[in-house]
Amino acid sequence: MNMKKISAVILAASMVLGMMPMAAVADEAPESIKVGMVTDAGGINDQSFNQSAWEGLEALAEENDAIEVNYLESATDADYAANIQTFIDEGYDLIICGGFMLAGATREAAEANPDQKFAIVDDASNADLENVACLMFSQEQASYLVGVVAGMMTKSNKIGYVQGQVTDTMNLFGYGYIAGAQSVNPDIEVMQFNVNSFTDAATASAGATDMITNGADVIYHAAGGSGAGVIQACVDNDIYAIGVDTDQSYLAPETVITSAMKRVDIAVTSITEGVLEGEFAGGVHQYSLEDGGVDIAPTQDLLPDDVIAAVEAAKESILSGDVVVPTTAEECPDFVLE
Amino acid sequence: MDKKRTLIDVIADSKFIHTILSILIGFLVGAVFLAIMKIPVGEAYGMLFKSIFSNTKNLSYCIVYGTPYIVVGLSVAFSFRTGVFNIGAEGQFVIGSMAACVTGILLGSLPKILLIPLCFLAAAAAGAVWGVIVGFLKNKWGINEVLSMIMFNWIAFYLSNFIADFPAIHNEGTAEATRTVSDNARTLLPAGLIEKLNLCPTANWGILVAIILTVVVYFIIEKTTLGYELKAVGFNKSAADYGGISVNRSILTALAISGALAGLGGALQLLGMGGRVSIFTAQEGFGFAGIVVALIGVSQPFGVLLAGLFYGALTYGGGKLNLVKAPTQVVDIIVGTVVFFIAISSVFGAIRYLKKSPQKGGSKS
Repeated sequence: MNMKKISAVILAASMVLGMMPMAAVADEAPESIKVGMVTDAGGINDQSFNQSAWEGLEALAEENDAIEVNYLESATDADYAANIQTFIDEGYDLIICGGFMLAGATREAAEANPDQKFAIVDDASNADLENVACLMFSQEQASYLVGVVAGMMTKSNKIGYVQGQVTDTMNLFGYGYIAGAQSVNPDIEVMQFNVNSFTDAATASAGATDMITNGADVIYHAAGGSGAGVIQACVDNDIYAIGVDTDQSYLAPETVITSAMKRVDIAVTSITEGVLEGEFAGGVHQYSLEDGGVDIAPTQDLLPDDVIAAVEAAKESILSGDVVVPTTAEECPDFVLE
Repeated sequence: MDKKRTLIDVIADSKFIHTILSILIGFLVGAVFLAIMKIPVGEAYGMLFKSIFSNTKNLSYCIVYGTPYIVVGLSVAFSFRTGVFNIGAEGQFVIGSMAACVTGILLGSLPKILLIPLCFLAAAAAGAVWGVIVGFLKNKWGINEVLSMIMFNWIAFYLSNFIADFPAIHNEGTAEATRTVSDNARTLLPAGLIEKLNLCPTANWGILVAIILTVVVYFIIEKTTLGYELKAVGFNKSAADYGGISVNRSILTALAISGALAGLGGALQLLGMGGRVSIFTAQEGFGFAGIVVALIGVSQPFGVLLAGLFYGALTYGGGKLNLVKAPTQVVDIIVGTVVFFIAISSVFGAIRYLKKSPQKGGSKS
C-alpha cells in the first residue's frame, strides 16, 4: 500500500468518525466554563498541591453550576503534553497545570494555542506569555511565621530543617524559616538536611533523627511525601514537628504544633472565577499573606499565648512592610543546603 | 483423530483465540467494576474507544504510546523464550533512555543522520551492559538473576537521577529534569506532515524501528543457530550443555540482547515522546509494562507487536476516562484480568487432558 492510499484511508476514517470541536475563547463573560487540571507525576492524591488544587476546584464546581471541572493524571514525564492536548481538543476554557515540571509542556502548548488560557502552579518561567497565568506563592512568608514558632519553642536553641530538593523555589522555605527563627532568637542554630527526594520518608527520617541526636528539639520540613519520615522521627523522639503545605496536625496531633500552609486551592479558585467573569491576565500572580495564599495553619493548640502573640506581631510586620523576608541566598547567609 | 474438536480444544490449541477471549473477559470484568461503582458502562467504554479511534490524532497518540511498550515487550519476550526472566527491563530501559539522552544533549550539533543512530547505539549498549552484569553475577557466583535485576532497577533509577543532576545535563529552567535533547536527535515526523494528516505533535517514526526489531527478533529466535542454542538452554540447561552448547555464554548473550532491546525501548520513548528524562520520584514502570505486554503477546514477536499497540492504546485512551468521571484504574483492572486469563491458559490444556485421560492417557492432538 502506498503512502497516498494510507493517507486516504486515514482521512476517510477520520471523516466518518468525526472531529473534535476546536477550542473557542470569548472575550465577554461566558455563561459556563470548563476547567481541566493536569497533574504532575505525583498524581491527584499527592497530599500536596495537586490534591489541594483539585479539592479547591471540586468545591467550586459544587457550589457553582456554571463551572465544570475535570482532571487528567500524568503517569510519566511524557504524559504532560498529551494530557494538555486532550483538554485543548475537548474545548476546555482554562487548563491548570500542576507544578513546575509542566513548565516546558505548558510553554509549547501555550505558544501553539495562543487563544487557550492556561494557569500553572509554582512556575514563573512562562510569565512572558499572555495566555499563561503563573501562580506563585510567597512560601518564605509562611515559613518565616513557623520559624518564629520554632525559635520560641526550642529549649536547646537548636532547631532542624528538612528540605525535599534544592531548587530556587524550594529554598524559599529555608530562607524564611531561618530568618523567622533568628528574628526571635539570635543565637539559634538551624541544622539543615536535604533529602533530595519528595518520596523518600526513610532517608528523611534518618536525617531528622541525626538532628535530634545532635540536640534539635523542633524540626520543620518542606519535603512533600518525605516529610512523613520527619514527623515520625519527631513522634518517636518526643519532640515537636512543623508541617508544610496543608495543616498537617492530623498526622500527629501531639507532635505537629503548627504548619506553614500554601493555599493552592485559593489561587486556582480565584483564577477560575476570574475566567468565568471574563477576566483573565497572564503573567505572575503572586499569592502571599495579604490574600491568604500562604499562612500559618489554624491549628495552634500546643502553642503558648506569647508565641501566638509573637506570630501575630510578625504577620503584622510582614503585611506592613516593616519586615521583608529574604528570598535569595545572599540575604540568608546561614542557609547551607546546595 | 475421529473425535470432534470441542470448544476447549480450540481454546487450548489456538493461542490467538485464547488471547482474544482473555481480552473480552478483561473488558467484561472491567464493566462489572464500573457497574458496581454506578458508572454508566456504555459511557465509559464509549469514551475509551472514542479516545482511541475517533480521529487520526488519537490513533497516532496510541501508536506513539505503544512504540516503547512493543520494544520492551520484545525484550521480556526474548528473555522468556531463552529461559531467563528479565525482570530488569525497567532498569535497562531507564539506563538506555539516559544514555540516549546524554548523547542527544552532548553531541547535539551532529547532523540527524549521525546523531540518531548514535543515540540508539548508546542506548542499546547501555541496556546490554546492564543485562550482562547481571548475567556475569549469575555465571560467576550463581547469584539469582531475578534478585540482582530488581536491585539493578534501583541502581539505574538513582544513577539516572544522579546523571540528570550534572550541570551540563540538568534542565536550564526550574524543571527537575534533564535538558531537552537536540532537535537533531528527535525522531519526530516533519511538522508539515503532522499537520496535513492531523497527527499528534509527538508523532514519530519510532514505530518503524519497533516493527523492524520485531522482525529481527523473530528471525533470531526462529531462524538462526544462535536462536536455536538460546532456546535449547531455555528448555533444559543440562540437555543443552550435554549437546555441546555453552550454557554460561548463552545466558550472557540472551541477557545482552534482551537488555539491548529494553535500552532501545528507552531511546524510542525519549527521542519520540518525552525529549527529556525527569528526575524520578517513582519508577515509571515501562519495564514492568513490558512483562505485561510479553505475557499478552504470549512471547511471540508478532504477538508482542499487537499487544504493545493494545497496551499503548489502553494507556492513552484510559487516561481520558476521568473526563466522564470514570476512574482511569479501570484500565489496570482490564489489563490485569487479561494477563490473569492468559496466564491460566494451561488450565484449558489440563481440562482437556483430564477429560481424555481415561481413554487415551494424554496423547497430543
